[in-house]
Amino acid sequence: MISFEIDLVRALYIGATILFILTLGGLSHQETSRKGNMFGMIGMTVAIIATLFSPYVTKNYHLIIALMLTGAFVGIFLARKVQMTQMPELVAILHSLVGLAAVLVGYVNFLDETISLSGVEKTIHSIEIYIGIFIGAITFSGSIIAFGKLSGKMSGNPLILPARHYLNLIIVLVIIYLGYLFTIDPEISNAIYPLGLMTLLALIFGIHLVMAIGGADMPVVVSMLNSYSGWAASATGFMLSNDLLIVVGALVGSSGAILSYIMCRAMNRSFISVIAGGFGTDSVTVATSVSDQGEVTSINSDELTDLLLTSKKVMIIPGYGMAVSQAQHTVNEIVKLLKKKNVDVEFAIHPVAGRMPGHMNVLLAEAKVPYDIVYEMDEINDDFDNVDVSIIIGANDIVNPSALDDPNSPIAGMPVLECWKGKTTVVLKRGMATGYAGVQNPLFFKDNTRMLFGDAKKTMDEVLGNLQSA
Amino acid sequence: MIIGIVKETKENENRVAITPDVVVKIKKLGFEIQVETNAGISSNFSDQDYIDVGAKVCSSSKEVWDSSDIIAKINAPSLSNGDETLLLSENKTLISFFGAAQNKDRLEKLSRDNINVLAMDSVPRISRAQKMDALSSMANVAGSRAVIEASHTFGRFFGGQITAAGKIPPAKVLIIGAGVAGLSAIGTAVSLGAIVRAFDTRPEVKEQVESLNADFLTVEFDEDGSGSGGYAKVMSDEYIKAELELFADQCKEVDIVITTALIPGKPAPKLITKKMISSMKSGSVIVDLASSQGGNTECTEKDKLVVENGVSIIGYTDLPSRLPAQSSQLYATNLYHVFSDLTPEKNGVIEINMNDDVIRGMTVINKGETTFPPPAIEVSVAPKAAHKEVTKEVKTPAVKKESFPFFGLAIAIFLLASLGSVAPSSFMNHFTVFVLSCFIGYMVVWNVTASLHTPLMSVTNAVSSIIIIGALTQISSDDLTSVILASIAILIASINIFGGFAVTRRMLEMFKK
Repeated sequence: MISFEIDLVRALYIGATILFILTLGGLSHQETSRKGNMFGMIGMTVAIIATLFSPYVTKNYHLIIALMLTGAFVGIFLARKVQMTQMPELVAILHSLVGLAAVLVGYVNFLDETISLSGVEKTIHSIEIYIGIFIGAITFSGSIIAFGKLSGKMSGNPLILPARHYLNLIIVLVIIYLGYLFTIDPEISNAIYPLGLMTLLALIFGIHLVMAIGGADMPVVVSMLNSYSGWAASATGFMLSNDLLIVVGALVGSSGAILSYIMCRAMNRSFISVIAGGFGTDSVTVATSVSDQGEVTSINSDELTDLLLTSKKVMIIPGYGMAVSQAQHTVNEIVKLLKKKNVDVEFAIHPVAGRMPGHMNVLLAEAKVPYDIVYEMDEINDDFDNVDVSIIIGANDIVNPSALDDPNSPIAGMPVLECWKGKTTVVLKRGMATGYAGVQNPLFFKDNTRMLFGDAKKTMDEVLGNLQSA
Repeated sequence: MIIGIVKETKENENRVAITPDVVVKIKKLGFEIQVETNAGISSNFSDQDYIDVGAKVCSSSKEVWDSSDIIAKINAPSLSNGDETLLLSENKTLISFFGAAQNKDRLEKLSRDNINVLAMDSVPRISRAQKMDALSSMANVAGSRAVIEASHTFGRFFGGQITAAGKIPPAKVLIIGAGVAGLSAIGTAVSLGAIVRAFDTRPEVKEQVESLNADFLTVEFDEDGSGSGGYAKVMSDEYIKAELELFADQCKEVDIVITTALIPGKPAPKLITKKMISSMKSGSVIVDLASSQGGNTECTEKDKLVVENGVSIIGYTDLPSRLPAQSSQLYATNLYHVFSDLTPEKNGVIEINMNDDVIRGMTVINKGETTFPPPAIEVSVAPKAAHKEVTKEVKTPAVKKESFPFFGLAIAIFLLASLGSVAPSSFMNHFTVFVLSCFIGYMVVWNVTASLHTPLMSVTNAVSSIIIIGALTQISSDDLTSVILASIAILIASINIFGGFAVTRRMLEMFKK
């Protein structure tokens, strides 16, 4: 078998690195995004081929090919089969795989007896292994729990154990102590115990971390796990002295960190408070105290149809409820019909709508809604004065005016879509239940708000039917 | 309770306090409505229109004054030509513009017999009360109409054209004061095709002016003119001098000047001198929206068009009334919101809640007692200004941080130095790469558009499976356990690579224009 010189491998790694950077760069616009993804595939191919022909790989080629083909089959099958509403789950489960791989690679590296280091180098190497496995294990178990919550296999409610902060603190302290034991122990056969125990604790830590976070904070959790999977790859790179892994891991890690930051900012909450978990637990009392807000005015789908036909500009604000009821396709049909009737329709997306950053955009894209009528909150918030009808589909907290005018509200200060500034707001909702944050929404009681109770998909189907016959 | 709408008695007044559209809405609050015959006729609302929406039409003004519990008007009750204040009898409520600060006489005359007076011009300028702010509604109409009046008097087009008969230059319009009226004038003048410049002492309106495609003029002088309540305040002498120089320059150039400079409770500042007017081109037009407060030019005459040196100076004060249907509609809607706040129970009985800042501000006479002026409200300003404050709040920590990074930086350098002193050079090489990569990632990812955040996550997920490289280098080990572990790692990482890229591709294919 031909073998590449080590310098050639490094050169190819640099090429792959550049391609990965271009991948992220390509995603800055929809037009260039497909090219970006292509760069990513090429980069990965280059990196794998360079590694296969490097001096590190000397045998077991058949095994590698068989494994990769199996992986390719499973991966592509999953990618084909997944519904767009299930994207958050898929992303979560894929994160867990990265975490698991990092743990495994860490262990193999730990078991490798051919590495002979001493002194500070040895200590640093041990720390690298320890940290790599730690991050990998958290990513793994945390992502599994996130998957369970997102797919509905587990309750989305936060699990709040008593004294959970102390519990976390104790776990962290024990892990640090085990790390000390691990690094000073020269014998592999002895050092495996603290390492194994730490892995177990890290898994528990990851489970506990995500269990305490509730459904609406999932965008932060998913992007946080995204970040961790990157840091895990980076830590593995340090342990293997492989710059490619370090660079790519750091790219992914910072990408996930930025997404987490954007999501937290969109909820006006600090990262720490999201991770500390339990949103909604303190606000129950507040919710009841402001429950008496007056009467809501409800309408039916016929009236909504008339309203739409007499308006010039319609704004649609989708939330997680649209994903749940799978109404996006019907919504797109309605948009098309309204456009034919010269009604201007736009979409306004709140950064934390849905269960993952950009979730709503993907759903709308799947329904073939053109992306140039889909706007971000900051682009659209000043335009509500010109909107005749805003339709809110399965969203609640992201259109709650008390975030702006009630300093005591648990969501005070969170930027929201100011739909109430338009002429009429129609809220599609199953019932009068409060949103995730457990806060009553004064929007529902405003004079220019109409409530349309029922399943969003069914309501939208009725409106579509009315429009077709109109 | 019965709300009565009387025909306005002021000369040249075409508006009516409540339009048929709004009658419907007010009736929903539980009120009954009666209207003097022909009250809406000048605004093109016939008696039949009112009857159709369920209002009662009364044959005389006296009948309305006598049999209504609440009188809704636009203009303050006149004192001269038939004293309207005498018509208001015991226990009744009057809602209209009132001019409580300017006219103490009227205030005294009505402070009797358990009468309530709510002044539409005393609505506090807070965001919650914007929907009731009739002054703003009327200023909006006046600003727009000012441009139309100017265009009517100006002997030329506003927009530029190139025609077979030669080139027509666009008119140049200077608008002084970018409040509600000024902004409305800017919008109208721009839409007619004129080149529009605007000046205001409050720097924060610059964005609003520019958003309407007008130029914002500034003087080279650092002073903020924002007073309380979103109005302007009196500026220093030096500033006014610089400002006048600017106007003098502009007057030589522009065709139309529209002045809207008013400072609450003070005579209007004289901004355009006789000398400036004489420097203007013949045929130019000045519309002075401040003429009710003495005017912004030295030649303005209230309610008149005067020609000075070939320049027409329009000082009409009845501009809103010249668009009566529109003004009435806006005023009526403002009134509806007042009624809506006055009847929280929607039972047709008003309740003057003096603990409510807005109602407190409006109520100049409560149960026969003068309650003007109201105590100052400590809630700040109009929503636009409030918005400004929010952005400022965001900025302030950033400014503070400028001093902090020195500590942060010092600590970071110290930590790096201590790491460098113990770590071997191979580690430092990797560490350099790591830190630089974090920065590249940071820079690149901020450019990612928010709508692609999900594809970003799935592609980064696929990319992070680069960890497969690690497993590949380990699979050639002689140790069986290592081979098995590495095999599993390769398998799951491959799932991730192919799954991640494929699903990203599938998503990106869907993003179509």
